[in-house]
Amino acid sequence: MTVQTPIYMDNNATTRTDPRVVQAMLPFFTEKYGNAASRNHPFGWEAEAAVEEAREQIAGLIGATAKEIIFTSGATESNNLALKGVAAMYRKKGDHVVTQATEHKAVLDTCKRLERDGFRVTYLPVDKYGQVHADQVREALTDKTVLVSVMAANNEIGTVQPIRAIGRLCKERGVLFHTDAVQVVGKMPVDVEDMGIDLLSLTAHKLYGPKGVGALYVRKKDPRVRLEPQIDGGGHERGMRSGTLPVPLIVGLGTACEIARNEMAEEGERTFRLRERLRKGIMDRLPETYLNGHATERLPGNANVSFAYVEGEGLMMGIKDVAVSSGSACTSASLEPSYVLRALGVGDELAHSSIRFGVGRFTTEAEVDFVSDLVVREVTRLRAMSPLYEMVQQGIDLKKIEWAAH
Amino acid sequence: MPYSDKVLDHYSNPRNVGSFDAQDPAVGTGLVGAPECGDVMKLQIKVNPDTGVIEDARFKTFGCGSAIASSSLATEWLKGRTVDEALAIKNTEIVEELALPPVKVHCSVLAEDAIKAAIQNYQQKQDAAQPAAAEPVGV
Repeated sequence: MTVQTPIYMDNNATTRTDPRVVQAMLPFFTEKYGNAASRNHPFGWEAEAAVEEAREQIAGLIGATAKEIIFTSGATESNNLALKGVAAMYRKKGDHVVTQATEHKAVLDTCKRLERDGFRVTYLPVDKYGQVHADQVREALTDKTVLVSVMAANNEIGTVQPIRAIGRLCKERGVLFHTDAVQVVGKMPVDVEDMGIDLLSLTAHKLYGPKGVGALYVRKKDPRVRLEPQIDGGGHERGMRSGTLPVPLIVGLGTACEIARNEMAEEGERTFRLRERLRKGIMDRLPETYLNGHATERLPGNANVSFAYVEGEGLMMGIKDVAVSSGSACTSASLEPSYVLRALGVGDELAHSSIRFGVGRFTTEAEVDFVSDLVVREVTRLRAMSPLYEMVQQGIDLKKIEWAAH
Repeated sequence: MPYSDKVLDHYSNPRNVGSFDAQDPAVGTGLVGAPECGDVMKLQIKVNPDTGVIEDARFKTFGCGSAIASSSLATEWLKGRTVDEALAIKNTEIVEELALPPVKVHCSVLAEDAIKAAIQNYQQKQDAAQPAAAEPVGV
């Protein structure tokens, strides 16, 4: 079977919008273009009905009720609203927030902002698989803690966090619990009731919906969570987030959630099978390759692999027909390797050698086989060109070399 | 990141990959960079002791495409030059030839360092071998 290049295998970064989602969105650009806030004519009613249907679809996927869904521009805004909104609203109650080291920058940088504004933030370390444990959270809680924020799964290494245990602990202790669930919603079952989640960030473009729209789930009872709005204006979204709703995008998000709800079980199995085919195809054929993250507690489509003696960006150039990403920071302006891999204790040399593969809904078996053959070929070629590989073959211990770091 | 055609060419068809016997007195070896920084270059020259001309060069590089291209280009430039001419190679010339973007300038710096380290290693070997042979006769 032939494949068409370039091959997209970076589904943890973003996903292709499902054609069914696009179809559902189109009429809301051209015919049903009303403002959902227009209460006095059919164009507005039609738009509002579509928005409310989307709210139901989103709520249905995460075990929430429609009224608990606040639309945002995406997960970065959802995370900002959750953290800053809670911090500002509950400031009199306490000034302490607990999070963990491998959160997305949208959470970590928001926490940095809170620190500048006088909050104290505890950044819990993770174990070598990237997991934080409920006991660590328990020990970090003080009578001044107002919020715990732990992501549901990591975007780089795919490690899934013990959300239920942390959520239940927070419930017991009466502390609000937020989770950035962008990587998990639509891929694995999420139930805000069962998991004790008070606030949850999600975004459409990670689950085959459009870019530019996301949502924040905000619990309405037991307890009723209140947020200080971060954007002032017309009082949309129960006053928590003003701004005219992007109806076509919201319809897209709703449709994407509906499809995910119907197909998640089957799709999860399929992407897991493809991910394993890829992982084994590469790792069984290449010695000294390492899977970063947790072996089993991980997103079904994610494989993050380090290839000893080969630099990640150099490898990406060799597999340029395949869209993946690298934990080697040579890809960005800085030369620091991934802070997530560092938090796991992966040495910098292996962090520089890592590639993230993200299998998704539209990935085929032929693509997986093509990619695994290509990776094996290129790693072998680059190792033959690697002074480190040569030294190891000669029995030299790389750790005993005094490297002239620059 | 947009790579120049020359970087792509050197990456796909690297020149002079390989190793010489590092014990050979005519060979100078430079090993620069560090694994935790994401690039390591090993560059070797083989010098004709009578003429001081670099007759052959080899490299092995762990690094990004620009690092591989910089060292590949360096081996091409080294061949046929005298040691003194080789010392005059500047990283900026490599940047220009490969059209490296600012974030990749460090790759060219590393290549220049590797050239200098290889030459230094060669010269140290020559100096170490000299005393007996080069001691002026009759003093």
